[in-house]
Amino acid sequence: MVTNAYEYEDGNALAGPLSELFAVDVTAATGRCVSCGDTGRVADLRVYVNAPGYVARCPGCDHVMLRLVRSPDAAWLDLQGTLSLRVPMPPG
Amino acid sequence: MARTALPGRLSPRLEWRVATLADFVDETATARTLLLDVPGWPGHLPGQHVDVRLTDEDGYSTQRSYSLAAPADGERVELTIQRVEDGEVSPYLADTLAVGDPIELRGPVGGWFLWHPSRTAPVLLVGGGSGIVPLMAMVRARRQARSRAPFRLIYSVRTPMDLIYASELRRSARDDGGLDITTVYTRSAPEAWPRPPGRLGLDDIERFGWPPQFEPTCFVCGPTGFVEHVATTLVHLGHDPRRIRTERFGPTGG
Repeated sequence: MVTNAYEYEDGNALAGPLSELFAVDVTAATGRCVSCGDTGRVADLRVYVNAPGYVARCPGCDHVMLRLVRSPDAAWLDLQGTLSLRVPMPPG
Repeated sequence: MARTALPGRLSPRLEWRVATLADFVDETATARTLLLDVPGWPGHLPGQHVDVRLTDEDGYSTQRSYSLAAPADGERVELTIQRVEDGEVSPYLADTLAVGDPIELRGPVGGWFLWHPSRTAPVLLVGGGSGIVPLMAMVRARRQARSRAPFRLIYSVRTPMDLIYASELRRSARDDGGLDITTVYTRSAPEAWPRPPGRLGLDDIERFGWPPQFEPTCFVCGPTGFVEHVATTLVHLGHDPRRIRTERFGPTGG
């Protein structure tokens, strides 16, 4: 099998799937990686879509920050690799 | 004014809508623009995208994300589909879908890779192949809004036959004041083209982009390797990574 160093998409690919769960656009949010502490936009995560569901890795250290699997009757969101998520919001 | 999804703005939950193919335009031998009618379309900003879902007769369903190719225009939505040879979705959309046929569509989504026509800061657009599509939506939105925001577009394609939107880009370069367009050919260039064919390099980006001191917003879209290369080069040239916005299509982009 030929491995391609670029077998990922970016966090923008999560915009649709995450819109099923969140009322705001999460791709514009800033996440902090549990592993290396770097912060960056969810839009810039490296997203692997070949697994069942979506696996999003930190572009800095490759740690898994988010996993999302959608089944016919549920969505399973694993954020244990994300320390915090700063979401831009309109004035409340 | 059409309701438009904005970053951070609370929006009604996205739902799948049935879109109907109203017309299409063949852009190149492998790229086709679909003009879709989407009843109830809420509007969008240039750079946003949609998810398209196809469902087989046996119930098997698959979806892909495609950039919107044009600014909001009522219930009309434009997608330009580049056919991926062994793709699961793009060959159907580019070859089989006929006028009057329905597809399912959800959007708009994405609040990061977008340009708002009220912005006045310089913009650098760098597109590789069909990465031109969301950038074209920005060029078109700029023209529609009569914006004078300084724009530079660097468009990298293999050969002249691969140019999407070729004639419109020629017109834009002539008529849209403040928009500079550079085409970079990687495999073969037209006769007497000033730049020999070759991969988009640091020299090209330095020469045809903006200096980092101008603090442009940089939008880079294309295959993942292309985007990585351009984004790294921009940072190397001194551009602030926070002003570089990227959209990559991975191996399943179709």
